[in-house]
Amino acid sequence: MSFTMRKDASGVVVVGVDGQLIVSNRHELKQKVLDAADGGARKILVDFSDTGYIDSSGLGALVSLAKKLREVDGELRLAGLNEDLRTLFELTKLDTLFAITESVDDALKKF
Amino acid sequence: MTVPLRLAVRRHDVSLPEPARTALRISVRLPSDLEVVEEAVDVVARHCVAEGLTVRRARFNLRVALCEALANAILYGNAENAAKHVHVHITVTEPHFLVEVQDEGAGFDPAAFADVSLPHDLEALGGRGLFLIRQLVDDVYLNERGNGICMVLRRA
Repeated sequence: MSFTMRKDASGVVVVGVDGQLIVSNRHELKQKVLDAADGGARKILVDFSDTGYIDSSGLGALVSLAKKLREVDGELRLAGLNEDLRTLFELTKLDTLFAITESVDDALKKF
Repeated sequence: MTVPLRLAVRRHDVSLPEPARTALRISVRLPSDLEVVEEAVDVVARHCVAEGLTVRRARFNLRVALCEALANAILYGNAENAAKHVHVHITVTEPHFLVEVQDEGAGFDPAAFADVSLPHDLEALGGRGLFLIRQLVDDVYLNERGNGICMVLRRA
């Protein structure tokens, strides 16, 4: 299973990405987050602590989800990126588009 | 549950002109199915690490760049046609790893690849794949027909 979901006490939905977020599983992530939004979730935190790599399709999926959540006054934030993944966001300048926090705990406190 | 291997992998020695001398060649053939991308990237990365590519470059640079190239080959090159395959050849030489990805499609204009940059709109959903390949590997070449890409990773 590529993705795990849990709701924290403050109502933030935390989505864990296990392995990689790439062309073959990006739709699964999108569907899970959109289902959560349909169910009323407005604060979504994607946890990349257990993620090896992300490709451009995965980045596109995150951009798409961020847009859709914004349309319903929600927000998508990211946490737990390793050095490689941070480099990926910096290369594509997407580090300026997302709120990125080092640890999930910190992200939950600030959300 | 054991997942059946859907890739055909071959390893053989090849002779190259000086100064590369002899080299090892690993060939992988995969169907035009996005579901095999992860497995193919994993197989290629493991072979490259076994031949001396640093774990970090295999884990990140190679994996992301190869993932992009395979997705392009399957989605745009072969248009997900089940009758077509994607061919990956890794040539291991003393200084380099050459990773070639070729599809069976008509190819695209290599000139379009000459000036690859990020989309102006940060919120664009696509358009980052070729840019990432260029950023993550040391050199990139397209074949004349535009259906094959060769990505060069130096050992160091």
